[in-house]
Amino acid sequence: MQAAGKEAAMNQFYEVPDSGGHFGEYGGRFVPETLMQPLEELAAAYEAAKQDESFKNELNHLLKHFVGRPTPLFYAGRLTEHLGGARIYLKREDLCHTGAHKINNALGQVLLARRMGKNRIIAETGAGQHGVATATVCALMNLQCLVYMGTEDMRRQALNVFRMKLLGAEVSGVNAGSKTLKDAINEALRDWVTNVGDTYYLLGSALGPHPYPAMVRDFQAVIGRETRDQIVAEAGRLPDLLVACVGGGSNAIGLFYEFLGDTEIRMVGVEAGGRGPALGDHAARFNGGRPGVLQGTRSYILQDAHGQVSTTHSVSAGLDYSAIGPEHARLHDIGRVEYTSATDDEALEAFQLLAKLEGIIPALESSHAIAEVVKQAPALDRDQIIVMNLSGRGDKDVNTVAEFLDRGE
Amino acid sequence: MRNIERTFLALREKGKKAFIPYITAGDPDLETTGRLILELEKNGADIIELGVPFSDPMADGPVIQRASERALANGVTLHDCLNLVKQVRRESKIPIVLFTYFNPLLSLGFDNIGPALKEAGIDGALITDLVPEEAGEIREQLASSGVDLIFLVAPTSSDARIKMIAEASTGFVYAVSRTGVTGVRQNLSEASSSLVERVRKFSDLPVAVGFGISTPEHVKEVWRHADAAVVGSRIVLEIEKHIGDRAVVEHVAALCSSLVLS
Repeated sequence: MQAAGKEAAMNQFYEVPDSGGHFGEYGGRFVPETLMQPLEELAAAYEAAKQDESFKNELNHLLKHFVGRPTPLFYAGRLTEHLGGARIYLKREDLCHTGAHKINNALGQVLLARRMGKNRIIAETGAGQHGVATATVCALMNLQCLVYMGTEDMRRQALNVFRMKLLGAEVSGVNAGSKTLKDAINEALRDWVTNVGDTYYLLGSALGPHPYPAMVRDFQAVIGRETRDQIVAEAGRLPDLLVACVGGGSNAIGLFYEFLGDTEIRMVGVEAGGRGPALGDHAARFNGGRPGVLQGTRSYILQDAHGQVSTTHSVSAGLDYSAIGPEHARLHDIGRVEYTSATDDEALEAFQLLAKLEGIIPALESSHAIAEVVKQAPALDRDQIIVMNLSGRGDKDVNTVAEFLDRGE
Repeated sequence: MRNIERTFLALREKGKKAFIPYITAGDPDLETTGRLILELEKNGADIIELGVPFSDPMADGPVIQRASERALANGVTLHDCLNLVKQVRRESKIPIVLFTYFNPLLSLGFDNIGPALKEAGIDGALITDLVPEEAGEIREQLASSGVDLIFLVAPTSSDARIKMIAEASTGFVYAVSRTGVTGVRQNLSEASSSLVERVRKFSDLPVAVGFGISTPEHVKEVWRHADAAVVGSRIVLEIEKHIGDRAVVEHVAALCSSLVLS
């Protein structure tokens, strides 16, 4: 895209979403009527909270003292040397309390729920990181917490199931469909539509009906704001390339959002390439999906010719989802962000590489972003800068990786 | 005059109310669904709600979820549902309302939705996850194809929303009797009669009440204040109970006539 075109697109971009939650032709509210009034109330409560100094002060206080923000921006010297190209910085969201960026959003929304007088919190979770973050904040705030999780995800992320229970949350297994994130979201929506009076649905990614995609983005945008200050302080200039993995897309939009207007900065979102390009074997929505409507929003969806949503596969539960957040669909179509994918094998290799070179065990989700850095860095000059969002830590994944390595031997 | 409007008018002239059973197309198989439509008509159904199976039925409870899974396991598509209605049209004029999520409809290609429904002989569409705010173009398209678009009102809907929904709907307005998903319930929600009254403030369209209506007593109660009663999960449960039974259609027909006895 020409620079002028990009700028024009960006000007449009800062207008989004509109009052109905549309990012261009994506987003919106595609829900049963029962949820419309609650969504309007939620949007209004969020708009009011955003303007309220006491809300912002409490959020910032807890982000600092409970979550541990700001998270470091770490120069990955050995990885840089190993790849022999651009300088690589890691935004250490894995060092957030509970081990992933998810708590930035969970904290913001729980404060909002409390403000709205809702004392029953429900959430869905894929990898379990959002469930753990939600359970953690609910424990802190003394709120009842119920987390829906696909039984396949419960199996492969058993550690996180145990953590949620320790934190006082109830975990409800979902046996439908592929027994993963999509099915957990369906069940959470069914709970919400039934118990809408006293229940707050704490959606964990930049997905679902308005206002969730914009609200989750806003709560995650702290990642990019900190990164700007940190990279300028450290390197004296802005980065050339941003890289993040994309499941629903909250860690990616959290890093990218701050820089969307800096049109000279390239951005790459990395989807799960799974075990191959056939429908059902991956979760690369921009490489096999097409626009449609799922779970409250219009976006790119992996689906068959008849509009039935496809199952997905990824070694990483957090990326294993058939749709993508609507703002990413917009960023894709206007060409502001490039989207690519990393396969299971590439992610597993990257996982081990970072562990050995930097002493950091990354989440399998984040390992997809590392795999992209491995591809990009050598082609860039040594004075160029990549910032990658290391969205979570990998303790939860060691069993999965061990199984894989055993199979390989 | 459109088929749905004519049906309600004819019932009104006779001082009667409408009974609307719901079945999922392709549960347990398409051939049975076709026979069910014809038998339901003979046993008291005035309009048929035909469900399109969907992989992610987020507004449905376990009974209709399972029906959807059975149909999808048979490979049933929206095209199959439309072909089925085409065949039924050789023998019956009963109004058929397609009850569907938005995504399967979109797979027809946006510009083809209205014409495809019309050509199949579908009288109306009720799109579970579509509210008037998002319906602009599809409204125009279905209107110009002569297919009614029925929206839902819910107990949580404000008066402003009810007014907007009533104005956007054609054919009838569907009042959801309670917050929640579809399913069989013991008791009828008291909220439904006041919701029907609220709709009447803004619209002369017939009002149908659904979600949780499971017994002849429920149907009778709904008929006291609304123009139509929709029974879904209870009927689907009867189908499920008799899967593999050659007399499944007879069992469901008997249930239908018992529900409208009152």
